[in-house]
Amino acid sequence: MSDNTTANYSLGGQVPTGPKILTSRWESADGHTYDGYVRTGGYTALRKALTTMSPAQVHDEVKASEMQGRGGAGFPAGTKWGFLPADVHPRYLVINGDESEPGTYKDRLLMEKDPHQLIEGIIIACYAFGAAQAFLYVRGEMALAQERLAQALNDAYANNLVGKRICGTDFSVDITLTWGAGAYIVGEETALIESLEGERGMPRLKPPFFPASKGLYMQPTIVNNVETLSNLPYIVNQGGTSFKDLGGATSSGMRIFAVSGHVNKPGVFEVPNGITTFRMLFEAPEYCGGVRSDRKVKAFIPGGASAMWFFDEHLDLPLDKPTVDQAGSMLGSGAIVVMDETTDMVKACWRVVRFFARESCGKCTPCREGTTWLERILHRILTGNGRREDLDLLFEVSESISPGLAWPPRQTTICPLGPSAVSPIASAVNRFRHEFEHYIEHGRAIAGVEYVPMHAGSSHGAHAHV
Amino acid sequence: MSRFNDSNVTLAKEIIGRFPRPKSAVIPLLHLAQEQDGYVTRDAMSHIAELVNVTTAEVYGTATFYEMFKFEPIGKYCVNVCTNIACQLVGGWELLEHAEEKLGIKAGSTTEDGLFTIEDVECIAACTEAPAIQVNYRYRYKVTAENLDQLIDDLRAGRLADEIPPHGTLARVRQRTTDTWANTGIEAQAKVDAR
Ligand SMILES: Cc1cc2nc3c(=O)[nH]c(=O)nc-3n(C[C@H](O)[C@H](O)[C@H](O)COP(=O)(O)O)c2cc1C
Ligand code: SF4
Ligand code: FES
Repeated sequence: MSDNTTANYSLGGQVPTGPKILTSRWESADGHTYDGYVRTGGYTALRKALTTMSPAQVHDEVKASEMQGRGGAGFPAGTKWGFLPADVHPRYLVINGDESEPGTYKDRLLMEKDPHQLIEGIIIACYAFGAAQAFLYVRGEMALAQERLAQALNDAYANNLVGKRICGTDFSVDITLTWGAGAYIVGEETALIESLEGERGMPRLKPPFFPASKGLYMQPTIVNNVETLSNLPYIVNQGGTSFKDLGGATSSGMRIFAVSGHVNKPGVFEVPNGITTFRMLFEAPEYCGGVRSDRKVKAFIPGGASAMWFFDEHLDLPLDKPTVDQAGSMLGSGAIVVMDETTDMVKACWRVVRFFARESCGKCTPCREGTTWLERILHRILTGNGRREDLDLLFEVSESISPGLAWPPRQTTICPLGPSAVSPIASAVNRFRHEFEHYIEHGRAIAGVEYVPMHAGSSHGAHAHV
Repeated sequence: MSRFNDSNVTLAKEIIGRFPRPKSAVIPLLHLAQEQDGYVTRDAMSHIAELVNVTTAEVYGTATFYEMFKFEPIGKYCVNVCTNIACQLVGGWELLEHAEEKLGIKAGSTTEDGLFTIEDVECIAACTEAPAIQVNYRYRYKVTAENLDQLIDDLRAGRLADEIPPHGTLARVRQRTTDTWANTGIEAQAKVDAR
């Protein structure tokens, strides 16, 4: 790690830091236990909400917090809860712990290291909008998170913090812990609901199946992300405006970002939302401490594999939702992947596309066939079998999945997965066309990038789930 | 082969009771079947169908959507190497190749002694710890070729048996349905269904 990379931040040289409101127990050995949680102020917010606030007051604090959902779409939580039709019961809360967007790494840590904080947030939400039951859906591959949550729930039940007449009040609600079995698409909220009903995890058409009106068992349902709900104890204890003030004007609170790839110290950081810039995250010693071997950033993915890529001209953008949206990408699920100047862009592009091809649920033809085609074309380019017309073909196929390659995408498919597969192509081919052409002509990467020949058997189409 | 044994039938009924509708328990019960037998047998799927009152075809339809469910025996240890973008950038593919050489099999297959299966998997949410792998869904971070060799030797010698149960077992702590279970969701849904 070198210190000479840390000067000259665009915001006056200051690297904003803030209190740890989500990750405060991550370093502590027993932060995940009931005793560790209660000792550090746990469950005070739940008692406060249940005994001193009305459900409407809790909802008002969440509205005042202006917290944007942390699952990817960034929709304000308070507003979403407001979409529930009045007087239609039962209604459900579904907690999305399916974290599988490539680059994303924070919900698993929140579940493993602070499961009670999530449980407390869940009960607060259920109280605020009158949920009859909550379903905590964890990704299937996360054995430790499942174990920690099961233990935490058993302890919370035993201490009268979940279940019948919580904290001696007349509010009762159950949390059912369950998990998936390997399918990225189940992270999409309507697919998650299908999966919870015991079906294949295929998205539903919106409209009419907006979860808030026709969700789980066709009842009104709120789907919220793990990080979103983990913020609620702080919001109830400190107030919505105090949460809001931690972040920038248009992106409130603290937010967790995972920065991976070619940085000296990849890590998961809780930063003031909307203020910190990408450059600060990559370079400051309190965060990633610079790009490896002091190289330059060639490209980075700002918000998970679905996002359009950014380049060096975007380094000084703050991690602020409207700013990043306007620059043509998204912050998505807080997943930042850094690629330095030695990165093979063709291979990087292919690898992200292969993900979408493999994870397509197969319901819509443009996505199922299109993503498979895109993967095959890129794969043949990488193995030295590319054809001159392949780059045009890539765009032709992309057009059929995402007309105009617009951002946000114009939807011809049921869900945004199909159009997401086009992001790496629109990003990499437009910017690094010469690298693709070089592969087509010479069967290998341009000089100066790390060239690793393709692994046999690495091609994958949309057959995994179909 | 292999319907649920008696204690798993009891457990299955308890799991079904946690959902307003029985079919919601299909995926948890498929996991239970895989825990019992190491993979999901046809008989287990029929048994699940009986328990939640749907056809075996419906259970099969659901099961085959999800990559974690295996329909024939696989290795006692399933080694999943992530090759997605963050791992690819720092040597995920090289690690996969190393695993293949070490075990003498290709990704997607199982060693003859039935001990190991290798899979080339998508992002496992450990991107800042890349290259990352899982063995039976337990993580190993920043894995080098030497780490991997050691890990495989340890598994072979049974040295990690406490930490890593055989394929099929996920959480070793189960949620209990206690007498403080409120049942609000089920009662409320029953009222709606009766409308
Ligand atoms: C293909 C796809 C995958 C998604 N995966 C996840 C996921 O793994 N976790 C998550 O919380 N949200 C995921 N989402 C977003 C959810 O649909 C939903 O917007 C989110 O869970 C809502 O929670 P929030 O409002 O608290 O952010 C995904 C969306 C799409 C289209
Ligand atoms: S866009 Fe793809 S993943 Fe989404 S519903 Fe259609 S086929 Fe399934
Ligand atoms: S890319 Fe390998 S863990 Fe995320």
